[in-house]
Amino acid sequence: MNSNPTHRLPRREAIKWVLAASATLSLLDLRAFGAAASAPKGYGLDANLLETYNPGDLWPLTLTDAQRRTATALCDVVIPADDKSPAASALQVVDFIDEWISAPYDPQQQQRATVVNGLIWLESESQKRFKNAFSQLSPVQQHAICDDICFAPKAAPEFTSAAAFFSIFRDLTAGGFYTTPAGWKDIGYVGNVALTHFDGPPPAVLKHIGLM
Amino acid sequence: MPFIPGSKTKPDYDVIVVGSGAAGGQTAYVLAAAGVKVLMLEAGRRYDPVSETPMFNTTHYAPLRGVATSDKPFGFFDATVGGGWRVPGEPYVVKRGAATTWVEAQDTSFPTEQSFMWWRSRMLGGRTNHWGRFSFRMGEYDFKPRQRDGLGIDWPLDYRDLAPYYDKVERLIGVFGSNEGLENTPNSSPGVLLPPPKPRAYELLAKKACAQLGIPVIPSHVAILSQRQDHQNIPKMLHPDSPAMQKALTENMKTRLACMWATSCTRGCSIKANHQSTTVHLPPALATGNLDIITDAMVREVSVDEAGRATGVYYVDKESRQDRHVKARVVVLAASGCESARILLNSKPAQFRDGLANSSGKVGRYLMDTVGSSMSGQIPILENAPPYNEDGASTMHMYMPWWKYQEQAAGKMDFPRGYHIEFSGGRAMPDGATFSGMGDFAGGSYGKKFKEDMRRYYGTFVSFGGRGEMVPNDDCYCEIDPAKKDTWGIPVLRFHWKWSEHEERQAAHMQKTLAEIIESMGGRVLSPPQLDGKKAIYPGGSIIHEVGTTCMGTDPKNSVLNQFCQAWDVKNLFVTDGGPFVSNADKNPTLTIMANAWRATDYLLEEMRKGNI
Repeated sequence: MNSNPTHRLPRREAIKWVLAASATLSLLDLRAFGAAASAPKGYGLDANLLETYNPGDLWPLTLTDAQRRTATALCDVVIPADDKSPAASALQVVDFIDEWISAPYDPQQQQRATVVNGLIWLESESQKRFKNAFSQLSPVQQHAICDDICFAPKAAPEFTSAAAFFSIFRDLTAGGFYTTPAGWKDIGYVGNVALTHFDGPPPAVLKHIGLM
Repeated sequence: MPFIPGSKTKPDYDVIVVGSGAAGGQTAYVLAAAGVKVLMLEAGRRYDPVSETPMFNTTHYAPLRGVATSDKPFGFFDATVGGGWRVPGEPYVVKRGAATTWVEAQDTSFPTEQSFMWWRSRMLGGRTNHWGRFSFRMGEYDFKPRQRDGLGIDWPLDYRDLAPYYDKVERLIGVFGSNEGLENTPNSSPGVLLPPPKPRAYELLAKKACAQLGIPVIPSHVAILSQRQDHQNIPKMLHPDSPAMQKALTENMKTRLACMWATSCTRGCSIKANHQSTTVHLPPALATGNLDIITDAMVREVSVDEAGRATGVYYVDKESRQDRHVKARVVVLAASGCESARILLNSKPAQFRDGLANSSGKVGRYLMDTVGSSMSGQIPILENAPPYNEDGASTMHMYMPWWKYQEQAAGKMDFPRGYHIEFSGGRAMPDGATFSGMGDFAGGSYGKKFKEDMRRYYGTFVSFGGRGEMVPNDDCYCEIDPAKKDTWGIPVLRFHWKWSEHEERQAAHMQKTLAEIIESMGGRVLSPPQLDGKKAIYPGGSIIHEVGTTCMGTDPKNSVLNQFCQAWDVKNLFVTDGGPFVSNADKNPTLTIMANAWRATDYLLEEMRKGNI
């Protein structure tokens, strides 16, 4: 994985593009940024399946440096290091999130504004509550904000949008994390290796599920 | 040189085969074995699973970690080339929701308001490169549905006619499974099936739960080599009269390895352990020297002489965009049910103004798909189970065949036809969407608690899908759109579709049953069963079991083909894909397409030998 900055749009272009793609912006004024850059294409119906693809290879990335800092900190709040596996940022999960929200496909485009606006909201909320950037907050301070937005069904009405953002961001963090070798190891995915025969579940598993 | 450009065709061929998938591959294989000179036309590009399959590639380095997109609706690594629910430049026309106007189909995912979803691929081997490879024989009842319940149409052949061909196809392609002797779930002949793999943990749990519900759970039948084929004996058995094909098949079987119990079959298989026309049918056919293949050849229409006999086909060479004509004694359409119907309806010589082979008016009629409805559950007893490699054959090792034939015969059910249940789950390779919604599922957890939760919940989800038989009806058909043409200038199809109460009630029953299974496993359903059948059922075409549209029968007045897939109106024209089906049993159609194509081709060869064609 890399975060090659040459794959990224100039900051102003990126903002313009993000905003133009969104029909539901509430935080910023679209008119200030003019027309959309031309939308990139997807990988098409005959992509080379043997290639190795990194974020930024296929379409330009979106997040500004400041947004990346916020996203990196939030990734690690969602998936911090513990004794079994590293933190999300150590596995470049932010690059994956940026690839995702930058993708030209409808479902990803629909999440782009939510994620970018969510990151902007998170910064302003950090400043409002603690007068500091989210990435500079103490874990207790970060949790104070995240506890308010981590579960949409129980979020207060003023946090509805932020909770929707958090839910998507957590999904993406997990999607980026558990598709890496370290993520596989963490949850115990031990497949994708050639075997001469398939033995079925071992006795320990059969015992666990009450079939032995 | 068996792959040829359009400029290098022979002056004429014995047979032209349109399409290279299950039907085209099987048809050309049987013809080539008999020494007949065959030209195959494929609308997509040349494709080689040996060099193009991403066998052990991980989602880590795939775009969007491999998740499905509109470009690749079955995920990035799916083998499909140039196709999907949408083929660029090749539209089809549908209605949306309650609207009465016709519009170009757009959707590539579900839910959809489209009246029909048409899946195509544009590649050598067609849809066999990514098919599920479930290989269930139709049973005796399935060929005579009308005799049983008074609905639909009976086949002009019965199970006994096809049984030897099922044996042949299973021997040729390699199918694992077991003979359980269950009602209307035929056994294969002894020695035909390869041994099935052991069940996974969640499959054993489902079996235990289903025992309480009276639902059988038996080894699945799948076109995957659980062990290598007997290359010394099978070629002799299949081709006693063709030493050339014996040799070609022996050599090809030697190159096919047994499954290594890793990587998904939908990616294709570079070791040829599963069935793809491109690794199983085409190589031995090519090795006989009797088969030429032109790829990127989009067939527009069948040409006909003044006597009403097919003389060949017109096709568009996609690279040069030139129109070309090739000649043969016989034309076999194997382009997929709807695509073959489209070719016939677009072939309108003076004596066949309503389309070729369409004096009955039935071309395009009785389009069918499989009834699908699904449900997922979470199974607590699987939480925190010790990790083990559960990849297996990548697809289901066990399934539930339909179990209520007697109740239906006794009039105790409110829908006439059966369904089987497919399921998947457990500890599969994660992609970028595997953990979507998991934070919410875990009550909004994040941080170290979230990591603990994911360790607990990974591998504990199971998804069940009912796959049921649809009764053909007058409201489901395709026809030529009066206005729209594709990028090749060929008029396109538009689709009429309406499920009947038979299918909707069946789908509601599936929902109830699937919820019962999940609950009997001690699990909880992720969403409550949808008992409104209209909402429970997947849209037409979404299961990609496209059959019907060139129905076979016993009477030229109400059928397109005879029981050997020969057009009543044009003796040297055959259709060997899913089009001839007049019922669509819950048994996934590909195996039957191949068995039926083999039988039809044997008949075609016999008629050629007799000089009747």
